Amino acid sequence: MDTAIKDHASLAEQFNTDEPRVNWHDETLWWVRQKRDKIAWTIPEWETLRETASRIKHNVLGNLHQYLLEFEQQALKNGAVVHWAADAEEHNRIVLQLLQQQGVQRIVKSKSMLTEECHLNPYLAANGIEVVDTDLGERIVQLAKEPPSHIVLPCIHKKKEEIGDLFHEHLGTPAGNADPQFLTAAARAHLRKEFLQSRVAITGVNFAVAETGELVVCTNEGNADMGAHLADVHIACMGIEKIVPQRRHLGVFLRLLARSATGQPITTYSSHFRRPKPGQQLHIVLVDNGRSRQLGREDFRNSLKCIRCGACMNTCPVYRRSGGHSYHNAIAGPIGAILAPNLDIRQYADLPFASTLCGSCSNVCPVKIDIHQQLYKWRQVITQEGQAAASKTAGMQLVTAVLSRPGLYRLAGRAGRWVMRVAPGLVNNRFNPWYKQREMPPPPHSSFAAWYKKNRR
Amino acid sequence: MRVGLFIPCYIDQFYPQVGIATLQLLEKLGCNVHYPQGQTCCGQPMANSGFKHLTGDCNRLFTEHFSTYDYIVAPSGSCVLHIKDHLHVAGNEAAATHIRQRIYELSEFLTDILQVKHLRAKFPHKVGIHQSCHGQRGLHVSQMTELVAPPFSKPRQLLELVDGLELVQLDRADECCGFGGTFCVFEEAVSVKMGKDRVADHVHNGAEYITGNDVSCLMHLEGILRRQKSPVKVLHIAEILNNE
Amino acid sequence: MNSRERILQAVKASQPEGAALPDLDALAAPRPVDLEGYRKVTESMGSRLLEIRQESEIPALVREYLPGIEQVVAVNPHWYGGDIPAGWQTGDGRQLQQADLAIVKAQLGVAENGALWITEQELQVRVLPFIAQHLAVVLAVEDLVPTMHHAYERIGDQHTGFGVFIAGPSKTADIEQSLVLGAHGAKSLTIFLKV
Repeated sequence: MDTAIKDHASLAEQFNTDEPRVNWHDETLWWVRQKRDKIAWTIPEWETLRETASRIKHNVLGNLHQYLLEFEQQALKNGAVVHWAADAEEHNRIVLQLLQQQGVQRIVKSKSMLTEECHLNPYLAANGIEVVDTDLGERIVQLAKEPPSHIVLPCIHKKKEEIGDLFHEHLGTPAGNADPQFLTAAARAHLRKEFLQSRVAITGVNFAVAETGELVVCTNEGNADMGAHLADVHIACMGIEKIVPQRRHLGVFLRLLARSATGQPITTYSSHFRRPKPGQQLHIVLVDNGRSRQLGREDFRNSLKCIRCGACMNTCPVYRRSGGHSYHNAIAGPIGAILAPNLDIRQYADLPFASTLCGSCSNVCPVKIDIHQQLYKWRQVITQEGQAAASKTAGMQLVTAVLSRPGLYRLAGRAGRWVMRVAPGLVNNRFNPWYKQREMPPPPHSSFAAWYKKNRR
Repeated sequence: MRVGLFIPCYIDQFYPQVGIATLQLLEKLGCNVHYPQGQTCCGQPMANSGFKHLTGDCNRLFTEHFSTYDYIVAPSGSCVLHIKDHLHVAGNEAAATHIRQRIYELSEFLTDILQVKHLRAKFPHKVGIHQSCHGQRGLHVSQMTELVAPPFSKPRQLLELVDGLELVQLDRADECCGFGGTFCVFEEAVSVKMGKDRVADHVHNGAEYITGNDVSCLMHLEGILRRQKSPVKVLHIAEILNNE
Repeated sequence: MNSRERILQAVKASQPEGAALPDLDALAAPRPVDLEGYRKVTESMGSRLLEIRQESEIPALVREYLPGIEQVVAVNPHWYGGDIPAGWQTGDGRQLQQADLAIVKAQLGVAENGALWITEQELQVRVLPFIAQHLAVVLAVEDLVPTMHHAYERIGDQHTGFGVFIAGPSKTADIEQSLVLGAHGAKSLTIFLKV
């Protein structure tokens, strides 16, 4: 996909040139949504859990300052080193310094959407350090030199044959072998070597407990643990919104996370890192990068409740049919579309419009973020800040002028329907995006208003 | 009971038969229905496109036309939701509040206010229900499949009163059709793909008609069906409930 | 002002009015352990559940269900009849790369999702349950709790440097959503449920 065009509509149109592939993508993700539904229905108190999770996060947002201090204090007591990064650049600089102190050229990293958001890999590469992503899906997109297209299923857009080809090229597997079992075994062998050699491991963080200073990292593959336990230095990178108040709150989130994400009862591994093992260093990098700004936006702060389960992507009918890359942001889908404008309103002005506002995302969200309401609100902000296309603004002003003047509206309606009847070509042409793949409604002779005048009063 | 009939702009212009069916149905059920002349649009097309600030005149006009009725009823979940969520008029907020609290989408008006238990309607065909999102997830005219909550559907409840009508089961009970207001032109490719997939679900499950309570979605689905030269037709729920 | 102070100040200025934490008591209220549900969920996660009366049954079961296993690391040597490599506890963890099977004990198990709580006290070497090709866990049936809420109640303020819930063999579905067991960690998980 040509990601030089940074516009959801055009990227989505490009994605839709291969319809069978769109069907495949849609059905694969719909299957994940169905798995989520099925397992949610096994928990009678599911909706209470969502509400509870949302309220815990609400409490976190309102007390984040105190919780961050508490977390830092506990983490230090545990023997961790805590770093604070105001933005992506500072985060990258901190990580680079730690790696340079260790004198390493190659490290392993488990999944961390934060490091994607900060573009850590290219930054380290530019400084001579190679990062080996160890989540299978992330390793696959890394070999393909692509960004992940989904926060939980990074290579959901790739067919197994393409993965077979990549492995053949990079890992020397036999050409034409696209069996997932075989390819996974090949990746296991390849990455085991990396784990055993790597002296530094970077991981993401799913939850950080203020009360104990511990970090919880969830994976199915075990890659975060393989990396972190074998390394001399464990660097854990997290956004400041990952805090939960107490250990017992984890019970709520761990019941929701994997069920919402993939329809599993829980991830295979939910690892609680508190103290570095003897002789090991544990560095925690706390990153703001716009989060404190988002916290101050009343309409949008709830987006910080996100636990990165990806359920909103799996259910989103637009995401399923446009692919993660069409969002041209580290985090795609509905949640990405409400997070991204906070990072750069100009660059991501298109994303809140990449939705029909159907509301399915808000209903599956385990922390009840009002995603579709925020999409609507971002549209207003974007337009008010002058980020809408001039043609759209002019069009909307014209429509408003007609719709707010009954006489003009009547006249325009009559004229429009007349034109469609006598000269349909003026409407039904290639300049009309509606007409490209859809017929226009057949124009009736009379409007309802005219019929009513004649028949009722 | 004085009912103000709100016929959204595109129904007025392109689907007058839906307005007529709504009016006749409400009259049949004993309502005193009045259609205020001069009404235009609820302002949703602008607001959903990020131009809420341009909707002031539409809001004023709407409030002038509808402030005196006991109920306001419209054959469109989406427009009703917009009014319910966003109608505010500086200097006339009491009237706007009255309208926000008193406006109903047709099917919920029939089940909740009129509490219709019987209908003189006949429609011997296989019908698929398209659950429009704003009616469903916004107004809660039906339960949403995402939630762990008991199912219900007001449109289904009404259609089950129609003689001879057979409802078809869909593979995806409440997936969006992709109309989405201006989304349908600014995101043409995805919009059409979503519409094609909705249509295919109905066709595959044997529907002869697709019905729903939002003409905008139906217009989009009809445009696709007609381009495909499909024999499957769309009808607004009012047209079926009014069919004798 | 350094970044720490800048961030903390910005957060303080931006954070909304604090809301109370919700009550978790109803969620953590006592409820029965659903043993049948536990059996089903462990199976669905790809684990093997074997009931035992005493640990002495383990070696025979290992030979029966995990044929071809050579190097075994049992944290309690009595659980395994054969040789356990000497000094497996010392080193940075890489000494365990040849381990075919690790046998460890879980503090508790969660009936609802099949997760087993294991800490570094039981593991001795943190990487053990991940690096071994296969994993077996001994769990007493009375250590089963209904849900995660009950699990955290039991864990309480236990001060452990590392603890993990393990709920099955390592797995991935990253290639076209096809489930494959044995991603980076153990390829299989056997639970010896002591009844």
